[in-house]
Amino acid sequence: MAVQKLPLAKAINESLRKALETDPKVLIMGEDVGKLGGVFRVTDGLQKDFGEGRVIDTPLAESGIVGTAIGLALRGYRPVVEIQFDGFVFPAYDQIVTQLAKMHARALGKIKMPVVIRIPYGGGIGAVEHHSESPEALFAHVAGLKIVSPSTSSDAYWMMQQAILSDDPVIFFEPKRRYWDKSEVDPEAIPGPLHKARVALSGSDLTLAAYGPMVKVCLEAAAAAAEEGKSLEVLDLRSISPIDFDTVQTSVEKTGRLVVVHEAPVFYGSGAEIAARITERCFYQLEAPVLRVGGFHAPYPPARLEDEYLPGLDRVLDAVDRSLAY
Amino acid sequence: MTVESTAPRKPRRSSGTKRTSARRTPQQQSSEPQLVQLLTPEGERVEHPEYEIDLTPEELRGLYRDMVLTRRFDAEATSLQRQGELGLWASLLGQEAAQIGSGRALHDDDYVFPTYREHGVAWVRGVDPTNLLGMFRGVNHGGWDPGTNNFHLYTIVIGSQTLHAVGYAMGVAKDGADSAVIAYFGDGASSQGDVAESFTFAAVYNAPVVFFCQNNQWAISEPTEKQMRVPLYQRAQGYGFPGVRVDGNDVLACLAVTRSALERARRGEGPMLVEAFTYRMGAHTTSDDPTKYRADEETESWRAKDPILRLRRLLEREGHADEAYFTGLEEESEALGKRVREAVRAMPDPDRLAIFDHVYADGSALVDEERAQFAAYQASFADSADSAEGGK
Repeated sequence: MAVQKLPLAKAINESLRKALETDPKVLIMGEDVGKLGGVFRVTDGLQKDFGEGRVIDTPLAESGIVGTAIGLALRGYRPVVEIQFDGFVFPAYDQIVTQLAKMHARALGKIKMPVVIRIPYGGGIGAVEHHSESPEALFAHVAGLKIVSPSTSSDAYWMMQQAILSDDPVIFFEPKRRYWDKSEVDPEAIPGPLHKARVALSGSDLTLAAYGPMVKVCLEAAAAAAEEGKSLEVLDLRSISPIDFDTVQTSVEKTGRLVVVHEAPVFYGSGAEIAARITERCFYQLEAPVLRVGGFHAPYPPARLEDEYLPGLDRVLDAVDRSLAY
Repeated sequence: MTVESTAPRKPRRSSGTKRTSARRTPQQQSSEPQLVQLLTPEGERVEHPEYEIDLTPEELRGLYRDMVLTRRFDAEATSLQRQGELGLWASLLGQEAAQIGSGRALHDDDYVFPTYREHGVAWVRGVDPTNLLGMFRGVNHGGWDPGTNNFHLYTIVIGSQTLHAVGYAMGVAKDGADSAVIAYFGDGASSQGDVAESFTFAAVYNAPVVFFCQNNQWAISEPTEKQMRVPLYQRAQGYGFPGVRVDGNDVLACLAVTRSALERARRGEGPMLVEAFTYRMGAHTTSDDPTKYRADEETESWRAKDPILRLRRLLEREGHADEAYFTGLEEESEALGKRVREAVRAMPDPDRLAIFDHVYADGSALVDEERAQFAAYQASFADSADSAEGGK
């Protein structure tokens, strides 16, 4: 594969293909991942090329998918499982939290759990109930799991490779409304570390921190703010657990202001963690309290209301104005 | 809903045969199980058309020894809990035959996924019994390397391990290996969704796994009639693989049936459910009080089916063991008890900073940061002699 512009979903597909080619122990598992290629076609063509033994259609049982993936990992395999939609992960939550996350510690390090759980997440595609949620904080709160979310095709490609190589369980949140966004992938590039944040745009007046689907919104907000003469720095956190606080700190020490943006409810969300840590680290550099923009403490609304619920350009810019007014 | 379906049900005897069993309550079914038995409570050998076993006197004595030593270990652990040396203990008293019989059916390269009560299975796998006590003493959550004896860590969440077993068995099949996997669980676990999902996956992928259910009649205080309306072993049929009920207090039957199920799995014929019909003579764990939820008469009726006593009767009846053998074994038991007692009391508390060990295989900046903060905090206590090293 040469350098090319790929939709994010296709970049993940290419990454999975490469992993299957490279390591015979890598398996793809999930509902409809075979002939259909997944409901988002992320696994399109993989079963055809690697067979039903490597790309495994499973029964409709999420706990079963993750539970058997744990068993396969114990046998020396490296399963990459797909949960069809964010809201369907909860039947597997027990296996993820009580088993997958803790098995390495329980065995005092004697066994490893190289399992990747892919979850298409977030809203903005006009879906029905349970198809648009952002449960990342529920997983980030659990020690033993690593949580990541790419925002570009290049990151999707490389972060998936790195997640599969990791000996720890990785929850790979895929921003489903960015699946069709194209950007460049260089398969010969040397990727940075999986859990390091990226400065997506340099600026001097205020830092916007986001990940996954909200990075694009923040970049648009920065462009709009630039027209008003404001210079915003945009960070793509990439990793939700652990969080690269060093990069956030460096940015905030420069700008003095931080607004965290995510789709998930603000209450107990990842923004709360970032606000608290950065307040501890940058108390004397902050010119304003850390502000958060995100979803409400309400069930994800029906599709006709999701544009009100999801942070958009205006809500981000409103928070920017409030921060700059301090 | 149709009128028909809400109408009172009529007994269905259209075939003409009076199948009164269909009208029995689960309680009645439980008291009259149809099960595979090769050794009666009186210690007499009986034949079964499908399952046979031919053991040498030495092998019979071996099974007896396993059961006696396992019971002695279990009794010691219960005592240690009462003495405050263990925070909790889950006794296997009464289930020795189910565990030793099934465990001795395993090959070395078979893999075991236990719950938290499989002390007898651990024993036959060669896991040092003192290793089982760390989690009950509170010094770790398992601690042994599952790969050493192909004996996975104890699993506290009910039924979770059955899915791990199936996944592992799927891997065995992929590898083309001729080994099998066994998943232990209880009657209570059979109500869990994970067990149902494990049956589905095992059947669909024809996984070489044996589901070994020890139906000990009680899930803490919940009797089996609060868990099911049909005998457990019959559930397998709905998933497309065979199920069989075995006398769980008969070590010979447990060995023969499990051996057969494992061989079936190794031949690539897929999963099988073995329901060992047994009884938990003690409490669920040292935290509960069975006198609050079950009748003494029930427990007493099972005492007459004691798995160890019935094998002893066979050994004596057939002249396979003399008094010197039993005395020698008694001495060995006491030595085991002493070793366990001393090992537990000598078991050190872990280092404080062990909290941060093994959270991640690849490490984590967050864990490193919190470890350093906690170590510095500990070191700040000037009067603590060992605080500088971050020790306990």
